[in-house]
Amino acid sequence: MEEPILEVRELSKYFRGSVSFLSKKVRWIRAVDGVSFQVQKGETFGLVGESGCGKSTLGKTILGIYRPTEGSVIFKGRMISHLPRKEAKEVRKDIQYVYQDPGASLDPYWKVGSTLSEPLAIHTSLPKESIRNQVLKMLDDVGLKEEHLSLYPHEFSGGQQRRLGLARILCLNPSLVILDEPTSGLDVSVQATILKLFKELKNSFDLTYIFISHNLSVVRMMCDRMAVMYAGKIVEMGETQAIFNDPIHPYTKVLLAAIPQVGKKLNREEDLSLSGEPPNPENFPLGCRFWPRCHYKMDICESVEPVLAAGTDGGWVACHLIGQR
Amino acid sequence: MSGLRLAWIKFSRDRLAFTGFLIILCLILTALFAGVLAPYPEDTFKIRPAERLKPPSLKHFLGTDSMGRDIFSRLLFGARITLIISIIAVGASLLIGVPLGLIAGYFENWLSELIMRIADVFLSIPQIILAIFLAQTLGPSIPNVILALSITYWPWFTRIVFAETRVLKNAVFIEATEALGTGPLQTIVLHVLPNVSSPIIVRSSIGMGYTILTAAVLGFLGVGAQPPTPEWGVTIAESRQYLPEAWWYATFPGLAIFLVVLGFNMFGDGLRDILDPRIRRGFE
Amino acid sequence: MNQNLKEALLVVTKLIVQFHTDRGVVKALDGAELRVGKGEVVGLIGESGCGKTTMARSILRVLPSGGRIINGAVFFKGRDLLAMEERDLNTSVRGKMITLIPQDPFNSFNPVFSVGTQIKDILKWKGEAKANRGIDETIIWDMLGQVQIPSPEGQLKKYPYQFSGGQRQRLMIAMALLPSPDLVIADEPTTALDVTVEAQILRLMTGLVRGREISVLFITHDLGVASEVCERIVVMYAGQDMEDGPAEILFSDPRHPYTIELLESLPNPEGKIRDIPGEVPSLIHPPEGCRFHPRCPSARGSCSRQRPERVEVALGHWTRCFHPVR
Repeated sequence: MEEPILEVRELSKYFRGSVSFLSKKVRWIRAVDGVSFQVQKGETFGLVGESGCGKSTLGKTILGIYRPTEGSVIFKGRMISHLPRKEAKEVRKDIQYVYQDPGASLDPYWKVGSTLSEPLAIHTSLPKESIRNQVLKMLDDVGLKEEHLSLYPHEFSGGQQRRLGLARILCLNPSLVILDEPTSGLDVSVQATILKLFKELKNSFDLTYIFISHNLSVVRMMCDRMAVMYAGKIVEMGETQAIFNDPIHPYTKVLLAAIPQVGKKLNREEDLSLSGEPPNPENFPLGCRFWPRCHYKMDICESVEPVLAAGTDGGWVACHLIGQR
Repeated sequence: MSGLRLAWIKFSRDRLAFTGFLIILCLILTALFAGVLAPYPEDTFKIRPAERLKPPSLKHFLGTDSMGRDIFSRLLFGARITLIISIIAVGASLLIGVPLGLIAGYFENWLSELIMRIADVFLSIPQIILAIFLAQTLGPSIPNVILALSITYWPWFTRIVFAETRVLKNAVFIEATEALGTGPLQTIVLHVLPNVSSPIIVRSSIGMGYTILTAAVLGFLGVGAQPPTPEWGVTIAESRQYLPEAWWYATFPGLAIFLVVLGFNMFGDGLRDILDPRIRRGFE
Repeated sequence: MNQNLKEALLVVTKLIVQFHTDRGVVKALDGAELRVGKGEVVGLIGESGCGKTTMARSILRVLPSGGRIINGAVFFKGRDLLAMEERDLNTSVRGKMITLIPQDPFNSFNPVFSVGTQIKDILKWKGEAKANRGIDETIIWDMLGQVQIPSPEGQLKKYPYQFSGGQRQRLMIAMALLPSPDLVIADEPTTALDVTVEAQILRLMTGLVRGREISVLFITHDLGVASEVCERIVVMYAGQDMEDGPAEILFSDPRHPYTIELLESLPNPEGKIRDIPGEVPSLIHPPEGCRFHPRCPSARGSCSRQRPERVEVALGHWTRCFHPVR
């Protein structure tokens, strides 16, 4: 089997949380906790979950904005997670990140043309002319025009801002692009246009995508494989179609059942509804992090944390129920 | 419509700010064209004992002072001095204070602490007292006034730039540019600085008002500009002996100081309103 | 299926609303029409800029500064709200007969007051009691229980930050239902919430409303949500209402070209992506006639000159189109 373009091994990222007044003990926010997966070249890999599950933090840790607390990130066969600044800069060229809020990632004081030229100016020593030509070509690839170069970010619509964000990172010809909530806040029709653009760009630039999203219908359409995250851990992972057809983990079941769909009537089945609140990241329950809300909870779930184990159809699930099957 | 044009339209609707702007404009024009506008330009150095302490008349619009010099003309030249002192003092404070604020704000280490503590020390001493002390020690003269003012005013810039930079550090576009590999120096100068420019500009305007006032105080106390310089504070100091009979002697320079400081403050306030939400975030 | 025979609670006719901004006059609503029956859940759907929020605000007459209602009428229980005195509107309609569940539960509460104080304040202002002390807390506890907030008695003292987004939205629902309103306007009530929380809230809302003959005007851009919750749907585009019909029929057999395009651009499992060519028009210089015509595959003839009238294409199903599909 071909070597994966990206491999994440037991990756964890903790943040300092509150400090207990009396004992002075620091509580850690375990945003990402022992996550492992692989991404093959040319695929679109989805990271799915609700707010607080850690998917955005995971994306940023892979990119290098955050230093991992534990574990490693291996890109194109090379360990990139603890590199010194200079070498990290080289790697940064090859992995790019598209922000959730496209407008916010553009400097409001800069004309958009300057923002788009910036990556090339930093990483290459190309003359101004060449940079400008590259930028123009990129603009065209994302469906914008030359006159847009002299405008400011706030003069663009949400959809256009997203294109700008894309154009900016494509200038550097990355191999891996991490898309963080690429369609949030977009109208349905604009969303369709952007997704179309993603697909085209992927083909023309030979990209691999990590697609972080809480919008499951979009993930279903765009991702070849996906990982479902809950409370900092992956609970289920595998081929997207397989998971949608037959979700195994109780959380995945509830998540998929909750997706509103045209023509579907509101779900009234007890075991497909989720009650309670997501866990406090400073104070996860012992054992499986999902057990307080799980309809299938067994005694073992309260004390032993399940590990991600291979299922029958090539997927992976972290649940004690698997042993029972 | 470009952002600048829209900002101008909004600004001109703000009456206070616009008035402030007009006052400043008058000040600048006066300073520039004092030589042409003054009916008695030679009165900066010439004396006319025969015309001492004459009240306002057609011949001398604002009266004459204790040396018979035309107060109006001297005020006009005084505007020039005032403007020069303030511009250089505020400019110097900017050049010292802003970079320090940027460094302190962007980095979170011992250097930031050091800078901010030094700024705190300066800020904790009442500025007028510090300015007087410095001016006294260095010797009364206009350059020393400028120096004293710069030393007392830079911490204001540092503090405000520090606060804004700290907030901006976490902005998404700063993170984005860092993720692309932009180094700290480039990030600070090219990205942070433009985005903190609005508070800097506002504070500069208010700073002008402050330095004008303080310079006048120093002149008044005799530790700044010296007679026969037609500086406004000096003129008021001279007038003390002749009050209340020669009311015009103190009133008009005082009025000039008042108007100019007011003007800069109103202008600065108006700038604050239009600069941040308008140009930065576009028009909702 | 006798929607058109359901007694009308709210009838909006020929509503024209404009906003005066520095960039020009935004023609936000162009003669929009809407009808909500008694006890009916009507979904108002459309993309950004279509005017659905403006519609909600106009009904309650809480438009932001610069907004002007130029023409039209909003008949509620027989009275035109647009002609009412501001004071009457405040005492009897807003927060009483018509309540609002706002969009963003995270910012809808005042952070420095306890939740109990804020709920009681509303009841006090609406004349239920003279002072906060006079309010019977059991009524509030009962409502909190109905919105499934556990141990309601202790919750009133808490502050908003102590509740999650989903819980805050439940509190909002409780506040909207406490005055026993006739109409609840829910403005994107689940957009800011996670999908599982959204499912809980939607289930809750439909359950509560069904029992009490309360009408709901449910504003959303999420067609799936609208389909799950609403009996009838009104589709809006660029300030004009385009189609109005029973939810099941509208989604399975849409007649207006925009509705069809909208449904087709939804993500589908097969992976084929269809989008609508062109862009949403500027509302400062909107297109003449039917505002969708520049992007409409069926546009021809009078589409660019005249705005179509409402035409009943089937029982209880209307559309504004000169060339409705099929």
